[in-house]
Amino acid sequence: MNNSKERIIKKADSLNDVFTRKGGNAMTATHYCPGCGHGIVHKLIGEAMDTLEIQDRTVMISPVGCSVFAYYYFNCGNIQTAHGRAPAVATGISRAEEDAILISYQGDGDLASIGLNETIQAANRGEKMVVFFINNTVYGMTGGQMAPTTLIDEVTTSCPAGRDPNFTGYPLHISEIINNLKAPVFIERVSVADIDHIKKAKVAIKKALEIQRDKKGYAFVEILSPCPTNLKQNTKEAQDFVNTLMEEEFPLKNFRDNINTTEPIKRLESDFTKETLDNIFNIDEENDLNIINDSEFKPIVTKLAGFGGQGILSMGLTLAQAGVQNQKHASWYPAYGPEQRGGTSNCTVILSGDLIGSPAVHDINILIAMNKPSLEMFEDNVRDGGLILYDDIISDYTPRDGIHTFKVPGTKIAKEMGNVKVANVVILGILMETGFTNIDPKYYEAAIKEIFKNKQKLIPLNIDALSKGAIWAKENINL
Amino acid sequence: MAVQLTKGNLAVVIGALYSGCDCFFGYPITPATEILEEASKHFPKAGRKFLQAESEEAAINMVYGAASTGHKVMAASSGPGISLKQEGISYLAGAQLPAVIIDIVRAGPGLGNIGPEQGDYNQVVKGGGHGNYKNIVLAPNSVQEMCDFTQKAFQLGTKYRNPTFVLADGVLGQMIEPLKFPEKAETPEFNNEWNVRGNSETKDNLVTSIFLDFKQLEDFNYYLQDKYQLIEDTESDYESYKINDAEIILVAYGISSRIARSVIDQVREEENIPVGLFRPKTLYPFPKNELKSIISTKPDCHLVSVEMSNGQMIEDIKLAIECTRPVTLVNRMGGNIMDMKSIKDEIHRIHKNSEDEWVEF
Repeated sequence: MNNSKERIIKKADSLNDVFTRKGGNAMTATHYCPGCGHGIVHKLIGEAMDTLEIQDRTVMISPVGCSVFAYYYFNCGNIQTAHGRAPAVATGISRAEEDAILISYQGDGDLASIGLNETIQAANRGEKMVVFFINNTVYGMTGGQMAPTTLIDEVTTSCPAGRDPNFTGYPLHISEIINNLKAPVFIERVSVADIDHIKKAKVAIKKALEIQRDKKGYAFVEILSPCPTNLKQNTKEAQDFVNTLMEEEFPLKNFRDNINTTEPIKRLESDFTKETLDNIFNIDEENDLNIINDSEFKPIVTKLAGFGGQGILSMGLTLAQAGVQNQKHASWYPAYGPEQRGGTSNCTVILSGDLIGSPAVHDINILIAMNKPSLEMFEDNVRDGGLILYDDIISDYTPRDGIHTFKVPGTKIAKEMGNVKVANVVILGILMETGFTNIDPKYYEAAIKEIFKNKQKLIPLNIDALSKGAIWAKENINL
Repeated sequence: MAVQLTKGNLAVVIGALYSGCDCFFGYPITPATEILEEASKHFPKAGRKFLQAESEEAAINMVYGAASTGHKVMAASSGPGISLKQEGISYLAGAQLPAVIIDIVRAGPGLGNIGPEQGDYNQVVKGGGHGNYKNIVLAPNSVQEMCDFTQKAFQLGTKYRNPTFVLADGVLGQMIEPLKFPEKAETPEFNNEWNVRGNSETKDNLVTSIFLDFKQLEDFNYYLQDKYQLIEDTESDYESYKINDAEIILVAYGISSRIARSVIDQVREEENIPVGLFRPKTLYPFPKNELKSIISTKPDCHLVSVEMSNGQMIEDIKLAIECTRPVTLVNRMGGNIMDMKSIKDEIHRIHKNSEDEWVEF
């Protein structure tokens, strides 16, 4: 203590004796103005923290506004945040630390204006935190501008003629808004304008923190508070302003108290073991399949295209998997986004003995087209000597010279098998048999087993479709 | 098996989980959305914490909160979402909080489109928020590196207490390639010197970026610059390809670097033009000394910045070599992937000019 005449009569342990973070030459005085409500609320919170024995567990979130320096005063973990974001920051801490008690301490500009979304969403999720909302109808730190809670006709530096609802709307009633949400456990509006009100506020603040101690969820306490400096009031005027005009607009009441009927929230416990992760991703250490460079194996680019729902993307993935089973480099790149949702679907698969450059190249070796627009869109990209397989649902197509072009009965054979969905695999079997991919058929089979490893009962059907395609190719394609 | 065909966006989540990342906070945006979806699927299976935030701003501030506790934490987004996060990123840098942010860049400005681009270079590498800060920025060019660089981002972020980006693009996010899974799984380590965890050991700690006193804030800024200098001296990384005899050096990162590499192979094979690649793997710190050293023995070399943006990286190239060699730009924008022909045309132009000059002498 830097002034020997000062003597602390009674003070919560949860508040610092000397405000060393504040510095300067009056380290036992707060930075708040005379008559401000913040000091009173700090005191009530500190006392409740002592009573509930939660000092070690508490993390105080200081917002932007006059209470930006709350961390000067609270003897607990402290975090200072961006304007309006305190409930989001508190959410992050609460999710990371099961036992932490979060206090989001915010003023009306911070909470009800720039941070309204964070306020409502955190409340709606029922985050484990208490929000102490200091409502004094004005932006304090920046010198008294209009806030969302400024009363009609109230004069501020940014509504010098008084708040006119025709231009700036009406005071926001935040407790009432929060009370529309299902998740909050406790909602109350109190005041610290005078001794009687402070006593009631003390009870509400303690209860809100008790809910935090017991991990029961979200509590919201709105505190009507005087700001004599910015509202240019003396003590009496400030008290009257809160007790009459403010209370008229923001009636004091308990909106909700579910403390006795709410169970504690339990979150998952993090598991950092490799075993767990390997299980999640089906890692089989025994299988040491690796990609091997092989400069003899020249890149093969295949474009697969058709309607959404024809299994175009999974056909491409199976082809890429066959390449991987054969220890080749492989890439798969889809047309993504709105195109994907527009009914057409295509992807590019490259198999290569060396590192693959661009996964999306213009010139292709093989085109598999399962509808006419796809065939027309990509046929010109096929290099001379390349291969086009198009499904026989496509009619009237005149092949280009210099390209091996085959109309193939993918859909027909699949229908005969009783499952039109495997048309893609039938065509893959035909592709396999042409030898154009330079991948041995056994790797195609292995690929199907890998792709369907979590849907084992689909494997026989797909292997059957693959071989039916191969048989058709053997009988009908001569290269 | 340990090698699996994996989408780039999933590889990020895999890298994060094996790095001991405990919390993911995200918001949907194409083409980064699969990161959010895969995290929502896999994080809870290991008891890790996943939450879809109400906004990009909320997501980055949840990251700020969780990072304050010392847990490893991440967010992922794309162009417009990163713009929204910039406030929070400045606060992360100011409060010296480690956090990993993935940017799967799409085409801008404004709403632009969802095609791949590299137009976030400036806002990520130069620091898009307010104040004198830097992000560490890693630039993968394969699905394998999407995983590996995410892991490296967690290491560097923790080491320097600094926000760290993995700057990728729509192609890298959406493509599938074989991924070799990580061989180790990390467990987070806490630091009672600065973490705020809501326990007695960390009760006296304060996470903040506010310094009212001008001198204090200036001192803190100088301290940050010293930290960045250390990062520049220690962490810059690059890869080169066929650069020893190269007289034309393509400088490219991310997906553009792979296309540049294909061009180099073709041009060398078909036309015997000595072209090479300099590929920064870290964009901040930019490997400027390495590039400068490479060109020091090549008085007549010509550099080409190959980028899917409007010449954002070219400035760093020119600064690195102090404008001592000609540097030109080949670029695509608007969601178009860098094409081989544009690069080849520029190589031919440079090559022809150099031959003409030779004749004049």
